[in-house]
Amino acid sequence: MSALLGRLRAPRSSLERSLLIVLASGLLLFLASEALSEFNDLQLASGGYYFVALAGLTVLTGLSGQISLGHGALMAVGAYTVALLIGNEHWALVPALLAAVVVSAVVGVAVGAAASRLRGPYLAGATLAFAIGLPALADKYTNLFGGENGLVINPPTPPSFLGTNFPLERWEAWIACVAVLVVLFVLNNLLHSGIGRAFRAVRDDEIAASLCGLHVGRVQTLAFIVSAACAGLGGGLLAVVLQLAAPGAFELALSLSLFTAVVLGGLGSLVGAIWGAALLVLLPTWTNNLAHSFSLSTNVSANLPLAIYGCVLIVAMLLWPSGIQGGVRAIFARVRLLRASEEN
Amino acid sequence: MTRFIDLTLNGISTGAIYAVVALALVLIWRATRIVNFAQGAMLMITTFIASSVISSSGSYWLGFGVALACGLVLGAVVERVLMRRVEGGPPLNAVIVALGLLILLEAIAGMIWGNTPRSFPPAFSIQGYDIGGTRVLFSPNDTFTVLVVIGVALVLTAVFRGTAIGLKMRAAAFRPEVARMLGVRVGRMLTLGWALAALVGSLAGLLVAPEIFVGPNQFDPILVFGFTAAVLGGLDSFAGAAVGGILLGLALSYVSGYEGSSLVTLAALVILIVVLMIRPGGLFSSTQERRV
Repeated sequence: MSALLGRLRAPRSSLERSLLIVLASGLLLFLASEALSEFNDLQLASGGYYFVALAGLTVLTGLSGQISLGHGALMAVGAYTVALLIGNEHWALVPALLAAVVVSAVVGVAVGAAASRLRGPYLAGATLAFAIGLPALADKYTNLFGGENGLVINPPTPPSFLGTNFPLERWEAWIACVAVLVVLFVLNNLLHSGIGRAFRAVRDDEIAASLCGLHVGRVQTLAFIVSAACAGLGGGLLAVVLQLAAPGAFELALSLSLFTAVVLGGLGSLVGAIWGAALLVLLPTWTNNLAHSFSLSTNVSANLPLAIYGCVLIVAMLLWPSGIQGGVRAIFARVRLLRASEEN
Repeated sequence: MTRFIDLTLNGISTGAIYAVVALALVLIWRATRIVNFAQGAMLMITTFIASSVISSSGSYWLGFGVALACGLVLGAVVERVLMRRVEGGPPLNAVIVALGLLILLEAIAGMIWGNTPRSFPPAFSIQGYDIGGTRVLFSPNDTFTVLVVIGVALVLTAVFRGTAIGLKMRAAAFRPEVARMLGVRVGRMLTLGWALAALVGSLAGLLVAPEIFVGPNQFDPILVFGFTAAVLGGLDSFAGAAVGGILLGLALSYVSGYEGSSLVTLAALVILIVVLMIRPGGLFSSTQERRV
């Protein structure tokens, strides 16, 4: 009987487990979006596109061991693809997002092939140059990409059966959340498959992995493609939610904050990406509110949010070297240990 | 033809700045195996201090000296207080702490000095030399910059290759345990490495400030291009950093002169990728053994 219960609680195959996780989080997100205000729904939507991009980055950095300081540029690829297809070609939303995934995956093939030859700081330098170099294209081809002003697209319209008063922000949150669930399902399965094991083998020891018959360069390129596709989807969602794709949104700061969020959240698990996305959305709002709740001089109050952000990065990294998720896991382990010693 | 010469001279003087920043990054990389992303903010702080000293005392060289001294102290403090805790840990954590410090220092500078960039005096005249009746785009100040770069690269190479303290620093970086057993004060060597690097960095800030002005975010591009130059040359080589900086400066000067300044960052990307595809460890890399 207890064995049966155990099986009920934890389904064996990773496919079943992924489906369960996705259904549960879908229900949770649906209830949350119904309960939240319009502003908070918008925050949920931006948390959604950040999560999609961060999930890709955690596959790359946490599982395959490659660093990327250029994921903001890959998000830009997705965002501009969606903006061009919806704005100029009048595509529907879903095909446009799929196209964003395909286009950024193709870019990911090129970047990943180059990246698989580089290690450590050299890879960091190359992806950093990618992050600052690519947005320059928007300036060069002003006619196509709209230069500094970028491309504006019409907001997505909620279907009529939801009623005429259905808030746009909630619809955007739903779009982002569906994408989150799809990514969660696909990546969770991928990580528990042979491909996920290949990623981890290459991360832990390249030479041992290649002695086992893995083609290290190809595995690393594949990880880059998966992660670029996620970044592209995230960027496409960003364009849909903000109704804009402009170079100002994809500066180096975005790439760096994606990188810091994924390390801070906890590398190598999708839960870490959730922490990271929450951090990216909530921290700026909190620190801004905090800075304006005191009566400070303009110089101080304008810079206080940044100062807090910097402190959070430093302190969090010193306190939890393996990220927030690592810290949470350590707390759970300690609780379990305490309980075990009480039972004895 | 004069345009080509002007662009070449301009490339050499901006490249020299990238080279100084690259030298500082290489120094820290060789001493502690950390890429110091906070370098740009650290040299920004020392340049702001120099600016305040110069405007209150009226003496350029007093500000210059104070900035270098502050750089030395700042580097040592940063290593001792922050970086010591992440050295030897996962390399990404050190990167995050450095990025956090970058953001924190920029915010602090904004709080103290405001976010509007202010001008900064050059060490020597920035009026170009007069050669045969035409004014070339190279001034006494540019000569000073280039000489400083060459001097710093030579001194660092000499110190690391030829002196006991340089040998100790290299030993502390590569095999801390063995070095400690042989009596090297490893911690002290790491602090020294950071202090020296911050000193070189503050020099770069003083040299570039007249051109780009002093502001909290003003030195970000300098850090990015300095890092690009260091990667281009190979992070383990001082000569590589100097050559990488000059090459990058020249290439970017030609691109912005002939094709327009909007393509500069894209050109940096193309150059870096081409070089790294041929030599994945930079121009001056030596082959490395790999072990299971």
